[in-house]
Amino acid sequence: MTPPSVAKTPKLYLDGAFSRSESGRVYEVAGMINVPRASRKDLRDAVAAARRAQPAWGARTAYNRGQVLYRIAEMMETGRGQFASPLGGGRAAARQLDRCLDSLVFFAGAADKLVQLGGSVNSVAGPYFNFTVPEPIGVVALVAPQKPALLPLVTGLAAAVCSGNALVAVVSEIDPLPGLLLGESLQNGDLPPGVAALLSGFRSELLPWVGSHRDVDLVDACGCTSDEWTELARAAADSVKRVLPPTPRSSPLTPELALRCMELKTVWHPVGV
Amino acid sequence: MVDTSPPTISPRREVIKQEAPAVFGEEPVEPMELDRLPYAPALEATDHVQLQQRYGLFIGGAFTKPKSNSYRSTINPATEEPLAEVAEAGSLDVDRAVAVAASAFSTWSRLPGAHRARYLFRIARLIQERSKELAVVETLDGGKPIRESRDFDIPLAAQHFFYHAGWADKLDFAFPKGRRGPLGVVAQIIPWNFPLLMLSWKIAPALATGNTVVLKPAETTPLTALLFADICRQAELPDGVVNIVTGGPKCGSILVRHPGVRKVAFTGSTAVGKEIQRVLAGSGKHLSLELGGKAAHVVFDDAPLDQAVEGVVNGIFFNQGHVCCAGSRLLVQESIAEPFMRRLRRRVGRLRLGDPLDKNTDIGAINSREQLQRISALVESGVAEGAHIYQPPCHLPERGFWFAPTIFTEVSPAHRIAREEIFGPVLPVMTFRTAAEAVARGNNTRYGLSAGVWTTKGSRILWMAERMRSGVVWANTYNQFDPAAPFGGFRESGFGREGGVQGLADYLELK
Repeated sequence: MTPPSVAKTPKLYLDGAFSRSESGRVYEVAGMINVPRASRKDLRDAVAAARRAQPAWGARTAYNRGQVLYRIAEMMETGRGQFASPLGGGRAAARQLDRCLDSLVFFAGAADKLVQLGGSVNSVAGPYFNFTVPEPIGVVALVAPQKPALLPLVTGLAAAVCSGNALVAVVSEIDPLPGLLLGESLQNGDLPPGVAALLSGFRSELLPWVGSHRDVDLVDACGCTSDEWTELARAAADSVKRVLPPTPRSSPLTPELALRCMELKTVWHPVGV
Repeated sequence: MVDTSPPTISPRREVIKQEAPAVFGEEPVEPMELDRLPYAPALEATDHVQLQQRYGLFIGGAFTKPKSNSYRSTINPATEEPLAEVAEAGSLDVDRAVAVAASAFSTWSRLPGAHRARYLFRIARLIQERSKELAVVETLDGGKPIRESRDFDIPLAAQHFFYHAGWADKLDFAFPKGRRGPLGVVAQIIPWNFPLLMLSWKIAPALATGNTVVLKPAETTPLTALLFADICRQAELPDGVVNIVTGGPKCGSILVRHPGVRKVAFTGSTAVGKEIQRVLAGSGKHLSLELGGKAAHVVFDDAPLDQAVEGVVNGIFFNQGHVCCAGSRLLVQESIAEPFMRRLRRRVGRLRLGDPLDKNTDIGAINSREQLQRISALVESGVAEGAHIYQPPCHLPERGFWFAPTIFTEVSPAHRIAREEIFGPVLPVMTFRTAAEAVARGNNTRYGLSAGVWTTKGSRILWMAERMRSGVVWANTYNQFDPAAPFGGFRESGFGREGGVQGLADYLELK
């Protein structure tokens, strides 16, 4: 007779640690598993941690950020086994994991190319040295789609953090386990605490605050329904927040995905003796 | 119908030389000596300018009467005298403008880039040819000094068309082939502070990338946009590619909500920008916003003081301070605050306020009565909240809208004058001790359009430029603009860029 298995309690990934919702609430998903139901306060804590962590993460060299992303890919590769079952198992799960690794590796190698791809030295009509550089925008919030539960989340996360942003993600509500599990790869990959947060919960409860939070600089609404997007974008207007629209299907990997989470800065200086 | 044959290059009689406005260069002169200098008015002639009594809407290549049948007059803010009557477009007029632009789009967007370029080059040359007329009308309608409209607004507007003309046939080299396309009809709403220049920032990139345009100029400064319509006629630009509808906020609201519009580009106040963003939420329309600012202008103790004084004066008093990127929060390092402020006051005391048509004038008229009231209210709040006001002795004309250059010291970061955009010739001054404090104070705002830094230490310039949260950083200079240099804001100063290859992306569908 085999003993009952040791089940893992799903937890939020918040400020580099695994925690229950401060509200103490859970909701049940398929398989009789209780998942934390994050509150507005959890979201606020995640944004505050992201804001604290972002300057140091943004100040690391792009080379270093690229290596951290690559390390996360290594950790996911070694942890393949534990993702298989939450992703539904079989070839579909393996394919989704492969593509997650593609995304991480792509943006690991993009981190130190973005300034050259998005920036420029500008020939202005006067004696000035003039250049434009993309910079991380700051704190990005991401709303992951319900399905697929992992790939768009990983792509969005890698695209946002490779340039030096911090990210707060709301994972799939109906299929939250793969998203929450990702936290272990992030922690094992030495992503600094606060740079990414993973929250499970009711979207209807969290999304209005994602839109209106004044310390969120950009929302990637990749996983929103049309109605969720409209409501979120309306709430975002009061802080002139950038909102990236829902993506209809998985799009090809391009540096543009990272560049659109960045701000362009133009610097002028006179040339003279 | 749009003519698909390539436009010809018509020879132009002369090249108008453009020179950048001088920013530096004045030697310090003792005030007494200067006061004794004889000073006679040098008025720009206006007799070569023929304004019509009444302007219709420019739709489909011709001026047409508004279906609304309503007009309003636009006045000279320096005299309060009416200049012309301008149509007020209603929803039927906007419908027609969008429909005409949509039908022109199918042909215009398929023209070879080189052909679109030819039209834009023609427009650039026509602006140069008619620059004197445009400068005078800009000054009459908006109140800005003729020196600025002549040396800054109009030449730079022409340069924007020239620059973007050259992009029209090179988009394949800048953006992945087959993965980009024009958007369609673009609605553009521009402000009253740089009327023709803002028009050129909007129309030139939109046309270069193959879009068609319905543009609404500001209600107090519509005239140069209407002259631009005539330039489109002279350039033989295909009908419907550029449409100009005049009107107030109601007209703008109808335009941005119009279902035929694929993108909205707005430059103006943050309050209106937020409202547009709210209205467009979830619509799928593209949006770019260039909104307000409250730029920190930081002067370190090792800065070249005379140059920094010129830069600070240029930063806040250029165009009466009606500049979204104006250096409207001066941060001076404590150790030099006293000598710096002494020089600054002396320099401000020498600014000449008066007739905008006078070539000597530094500060012209405030654009409108409403704006004058806004400035006055904020200045009163500054006094009420306990800041110390300084205004040099300054004669204000009896008619028209005027505001004397104003400096506030003893300002707290919590004062309204330190937080809100004044959009007038008013400079609040604060001090700081360390570079880290300058960054913290400088970034303590919801805005993020521009910042200025004055220091001779190279590493500090780069350190500051990295840390200022703004879309533009001017180091040892201020208020420089160029079509090749992307311009736009962080945070509540808006999103999207204008200028450079980066600015083109905002007018393209990137798949």
